[in-house]
Amino acid sequence: MMASTITIEPQTNKNKKREIDKQKDTILEIKDLSIFYGDNQAVKHATFDIDEHAITALIGPSGCGKSTFLRGINRMNDLIPIARNEGQIIYEDINLLDKNINTIALRKEIGMVFQKPNPFPKSVYNNITHALKFYGKRKKKQLDEVVEESLRKAALWDEVKDRLHESAFSLSGGQQQRLCIARTLAMKPNVLLLDEPSSALDPISNAKIEELILQLKEDYSIIIVTHNMQQASRISDKTAFFLNGSVIEYDETEKIFTNPAHGKTEDYISGRFG
Amino acid sequence: MALSARDRLIKSKKNNSYGELRGKILVTLCALIMITATISVTVFLTTKGLQSFLVNSVSPIEFLTSTNWNPLGDNPGYGAFPFIFGSLAVTFLSALIAAPIGIGGAIFMSEIAPSWGKKVLQPVIELLVGIPSVVYGFIGLTVLVPFIREYSSGTGFSILAGTIVLSIMILPTITTIATDAMGSLPNSLREGSLALGATRWQTIKKVLIPAALPSLLTAVVLGMARAFGEALAVQMVIGNVRALPSSLLDPSATLTTIITLNMGHTTYGSIENNTLWSMGLILLIISFVFILIVRYLSSRRKI
Repeated sequence: MMASTITIEPQTNKNKKREIDKQKDTILEIKDLSIFYGDNQAVKHATFDIDEHAITALIGPSGCGKSTFLRGINRMNDLIPIARNEGQIIYEDINLLDKNINTIALRKEIGMVFQKPNPFPKSVYNNITHALKFYGKRKKKQLDEVVEESLRKAALWDEVKDRLHESAFSLSGGQQQRLCIARTLAMKPNVLLLDEPSSALDPISNAKIEELILQLKEDYSIIIVTHNMQQASRISDKTAFFLNGSVIEYDETEKIFTNPAHGKTEDYISGRFG
Repeated sequence: MALSARDRLIKSKKNNSYGELRGKILVTLCALIMITATISVTVFLTTKGLQSFLVNSVSPIEFLTSTNWNPLGDNPGYGAFPFIFGSLAVTFLSALIAAPIGIGGAIFMSEIAPSWGKKVLQPVIELLVGIPSVVYGFIGLTVLVPFIREYSSGTGFSILAGTIVLSIMILPTITTIATDAMGSLPNSLREGSLALGATRWQTIKKVLIPAALPSLLTAVVLGMARAFGEALAVQMVIGNVRALPSSLLDPSATLTTIITLNMGHTTYGSIENNTLWSMGLILLIISFVFILIVRYLSSRRKI
């Protein structure tokens, strides 16, 4: 009920404004964020700002806390009983870690795509309309429009337009992942959280996903966790390097990859560990 | 002295491990015993079950459709329809009660309160399984039957009493299998739905239950198979009358209760005894149908 009352500002106006002043706004302010699993501190005092309409890459070795950090933003960690947060994530003047946050509405606004494609065992069409129906969209015509629009945005429309009512499992892995992106876009989120979205895919699908992410930057603020250094350097505007739960370095991607300030960052991106 | 490659690697009597062979023979024997037992019972039951039709020339149509069961009368009738009906009625009715409760309990255990739900509900279910059917029947006879008698015009012995006893008996079967079915759903499915802004209940209703549906139906069918074959507990509360019941509160009988009640006092080889075997054959055939349904449902499982 709460959820349906939240309206999302049209993106286009903001875009125009941005083109005029070229100054990146901040969409998320991470302030001294710590995330614990029981006694284990997975994220340690992270503090940095995430730009609006930009791609922010989170890199670092396995187990460094970057996925935990990502899942902290849309409160997916709430599903883990022993998980606990400290600090703040400021989004449009409110703290997302506040107890009063309606996590259901939050996850609609801050969408997430997972490492392994996880389509529902339903048709392509119903995968996209699944959550839409919970937000008052029930008319066939309206749903048809959103399905086409989201599939087009996810660069999947041409491949699946004739098989919308076939099982989503009949799609290839790369198509399934773009379907998962499409169903997230259908909810009209402001922020997209991508947790290694192409690591389970072949190089060609990977390239398509990267191309897609670059296009989506126009309308969304994107945070992507990746193990692929080339991917981070190719598509992201800013990069945060995580190590053992701490943000070691956060800067323009170009700077991180050409002239990192920290020795450990250099060691990691040059493949000396991790 | 080191052995040559020929001694070490080429198969010969010397390096053949007889333990392997012994193990293989042992487990093959076990499998053969099981297969032989099943086939023997089936063959025996089929030949005995068909005798009433082939030797005693009871009409199979009459047997399956007539409601006149009077094997000892001057003008004997061999209509087993009331018992077939009784068996199917208590089976479906008990499934109707036990399926929603069992699946609901399974969802509670796997989705709503996994930690303490399992801690509390799991032992309860195991306890339910452990109670012998005679105890279920005894409790039904002392508590349920008088209770129904109090609130209806009949004796209390009724289809309703049989149904309630059976639904409690098949509840563990349905809950256990349904819990496994829900538990085996990949977590990515839950996260995928929740990450789109669906609530937990919307996720359960629209993603998890549909995904687990073939397994959930399997759980129900296996519960029904158990209900269909149960004799003792039902016999104690259902009343065991020959007439076709006209309401839930009427006494009735099932194939199993008629067999257990009459097998003792009929002579081996008599028509009545043979018709009891025919009822056994029908039980076998319908159980086989249940198994076929389960197999079909399992093959439709998508994930």
